[in-house]
Amino acid sequence: MSLGTGIRLADLIAAICFVLALRGLTGPKTARYGNLLGAGGMTLAIAITFATNGLTHFLLIVGAMAIGTVIAVPAARLVKMTAMPQMVAAFNGVGGGAAALIALATFLRAPAGSLAVYEVVEVLLGVVIGCVSFSGSCIAFAKLQEIMTGRPVTYPGQQVWNGIVGVAILGLGVTVCVSSFNWLVAIVLVLALAFGVAFVLPVGGADVPVLISLLNSFTGLAVAASGFVLHSVVLVVAGTLVGASGTLLTQMMSRAMGRSLPNILFSAFGSVITATGGAEGDTTRSVRSASAEDVAILLAYANKVIVVPGYGLAVAQAQHTIRELADLLESRGVQVIYAIHPVAGRMPGHMNVLLAEANVPYEQLKEMDEANPEFQSADVALVVGANDVVNPAAKNNPDSPIYGMPILAVDEARNIVFMKRSMRPGFAGIDNELLFDPKTTLLFGDAKDSLTKVVAAIKAL
Amino acid sequence: MNGGDILSLITVFVLAAFVGFEVIAKVPSTLHTPLMSGTNAIHGVVLVGAMLVLGTASGTSQMVLGFVAVVLATLNVVGGFVVTDRMLEMFKVRKPPKVSAESVSAVAPSTEGGPK
Repeated sequence: MSLGTGIRLADLIAAICFVLALRGLTGPKTARYGNLLGAGGMTLAIAITFATNGLTHFLLIVGAMAIGTVIAVPAARLVKMTAMPQMVAAFNGVGGGAAALIALATFLRAPAGSLAVYEVVEVLLGVVIGCVSFSGSCIAFAKLQEIMTGRPVTYPGQQVWNGIVGVAILGLGVTVCVSSFNWLVAIVLVLALAFGVAFVLPVGGADVPVLISLLNSFTGLAVAASGFVLHSVVLVVAGTLVGASGTLLTQMMSRAMGRSLPNILFSAFGSVITATGGAEGDTTRSVRSASAEDVAILLAYANKVIVVPGYGLAVAQAQHTIRELADLLESRGVQVIYAIHPVAGRMPGHMNVLLAEANVPYEQLKEMDEANPEFQSADVALVVGANDVVNPAAKNNPDSPIYGMPILAVDEARNIVFMKRSMRPGFAGIDNELLFDPKTTLLFGDAKDSLTKVVAAIKAL
Repeated sequence: MNGGDILSLITVFVLAAFVGFEVIAKVPSTLHTPLMSGTNAIHGVVLVGAMLVLGTASGTSQMVLGFVAVVLATLNVVGGFVVTDRMLEMFKVRKPPKVSAESVSAVAPSTEGGPK
């Protein structure tokens, strides 16, 4: 068996590992195994690459890999669970950047005019998609990390400008293919970076995770394109797998939010808010705020309490405190369940991860469809740091930007307790009518402090 | 490269696209985030390409491009798998079916309002 055959066989095994890894990741029992299998396939593919004929600069390669590893491992290990989404965005962006660099380097290496048209097309696809993914991911990261505003950024004629940039990229690309003006590739690269920024700017708030998923599938396609450039089967297979499954996953995610993908990308979510909510909301209407002792009494003498955890809970690192509260209530004979909205936290499934970290029993976690019928019989709905996912505007107000999003039927509970830091609107930036409802009680403050106080108050009863 | 090469690559591309669509047809929403993170790690295979570019580079600009590409791709692949594994570790805790000492202690409080 020649070396070349060995490498191709190893690539085949790696490709099989990737397919099985994806399948494993679709089930809770097999997910971990799937991820390990993917890592195994990856290790094989990388290791065998060292055996490639004519490969030199081993020291540089190993050095660069060491640098990457030294940065990536602590970053991925130490990041708080709440910051996972932007971490995924960052790792996705650098992947897109690498794909673009590969295509670019290959293009610069070839003597001018020596590439066939289809080869130039491959290079351009790699550069353009890779750059869009890179700069788009950077903006998504900045939004989630709150380096820049999480709200949609809009300006007049936005879609028109994006269209013009898109057409310019296309036009220049065609010119590069049919002429020998290779320097035009530099302009294409810059325009693609600009397009990635412009593409992500108008997407805001709760939609960013869906966008990250879309950028993830872009990177997959960019990797596939660089696979074409380098004639590497394993790159084409893995890149395409991610491109295809990522697209499907993006659709699933937007469906979980009750919105279509084009709606998320182009509606500049939130631009209507000032028109509908701003006028009333504010300080003009009164809300009922209470002390931790009031809330403690309400909870301790209830029969059934439904906890609705949101991002505020995660930010305050209050998972363990909420569990303590739940245990305390249960020891008093109160039934406690958790109602988990599909996009509670910042991404689908994010909240389950956070609560599992605090050892909240699996059986107490109810998904939305399971939880909603429970609210009618609940004495108290305890909303901790969530807002948009319980906003009845999604059901009642067709003008609201979140209209149509499935929500938790918190308004059906006999009492509602909101733990909030302030009257500030939630992630999507929309006022919540429920806060002004007569059966609503507000407990202001950091979620963890508030919960700790309530726990102490219940113990003192 | 000859036309046969590009055609076989296109064949691989089309078939892989179908597999990609089919293989994740049904995913519970709980697993959306880990799945996204997992696919994110898998496109880290771009490291293989980056290694090839750096390993065959000649001249400073090629070396720099290749070097940066390898660093970025390594970030993608290593970070991607580690983050995914961390997410899934949490899932392991919350799956109670296996009766081990650890899972019993995790389940116990749900049956009776555990000792505080």
